Amino acid sequence: MKKICCTFFCMYLLLLSAACFAQNAEAPGDKPGMAVGMRANGKIYVVVAVVVTILSGLFLYLANLDKKIGKLEKELRTGSEKKGDLL
Amino acid sequence: MLRQSWWKITGVLLLIYVFIAGFLIRVPNIGNLYETSRNLFFHVPMWTCQLVLISISMVYSILYLRKNDVKNDIFAVEFARTGTVFGALGLVTGAVWANYTWGAPWSNDPKQLGVAIALLIYLAYFVLRNSLSDIDKRGRIGAVYNIFAFSLYIPMVLILPRLVESLHPGGKGVDGNPGLGGKDLDPTMTKVFLPAMLGWILLSLWIATLRTRYKILEEKKLAI
Repeated sequence: MKKICCTFFCMYLLLLSAACFAQNAEAPGDKPGMAVGMRANGKIYVVVAVVVTILSGLFLYLANLDKKIGKLEKELRTGSEKKGDLL
Repeated sequence: MLRQSWWKITGVLLLIYVFIAGFLIRVPNIGNLYETSRNLFFHVPMWTCQLVLISISMVYSILYLRKNDVKNDIFAVEFARTGTVFGALGLVTGAVWANYTWGAPWSNDPKQLGVAIALLIYLAYFVLRNSLSDIDKRGRIGAVYNIFAFSLYIPMVLILPRLVESLHPGGKGVDGNPGLGGKDLDPTMTKVFLPAMLGWILLSLWIATLRTRYKILEEKKLAI
């Protein structure tokens, strides 16, 4: 589980850099009609970073919940097996 | 399958890609949508998730009626519950989007009315279940009602809005395809839209299976 969390975090860091590349690809003079508002004033990658951070936090939380439920399931399974032995 | 992690990781990676690319790609300028067409990657998959979850729920209801296994009943309820949460999210995000593009959060569009009715039908499913204290009766009546609810959801959300005039794409006299986009969708947006669909569906399945596992645990604890 720790490994999965680590993998997620590494992937997230790797993907963060992808956001920077996308921003570079936009030439400064190249502004079609749709580049108004949100994109024109730049710094959209800040929003992306925030959103991705929140998303990663939620995913980690979900993974944690998954782990906890899995642990309970395991406990209950071994517990019932022990009971079966006694009977 | 429920406890394997490869599909969960796939879903998470797809969604991280969607949340980065969804904000950064160039979207075509259509009508008064401007940058809001990016909502396609977030608002539309909510409905697909709901459709997938309630379809699975309906199948488990049929299985419950055939085999009378409590586990199937738990699956049916929890998938319907998560589906309803996604539907509510879709309704709210749709209202926000509509406010800035159609001029009002609620304009009695056939699709809006259809999903509102469909959501109320699903809410009634939970009320109905909670009103019955006998477990067997609750399971069986709930399963029958769930199948009925699903067969009302399909015409309400997928068929009727296409037959009448609608603000949503695909209505009578309106261009566009309300399905997966087809050729109408900009190729760049397709590259984000399809992963968005799959990513959101996998995430919704993850949440639904977590709830199911929790409920099964609870049931087992009561049985011991």
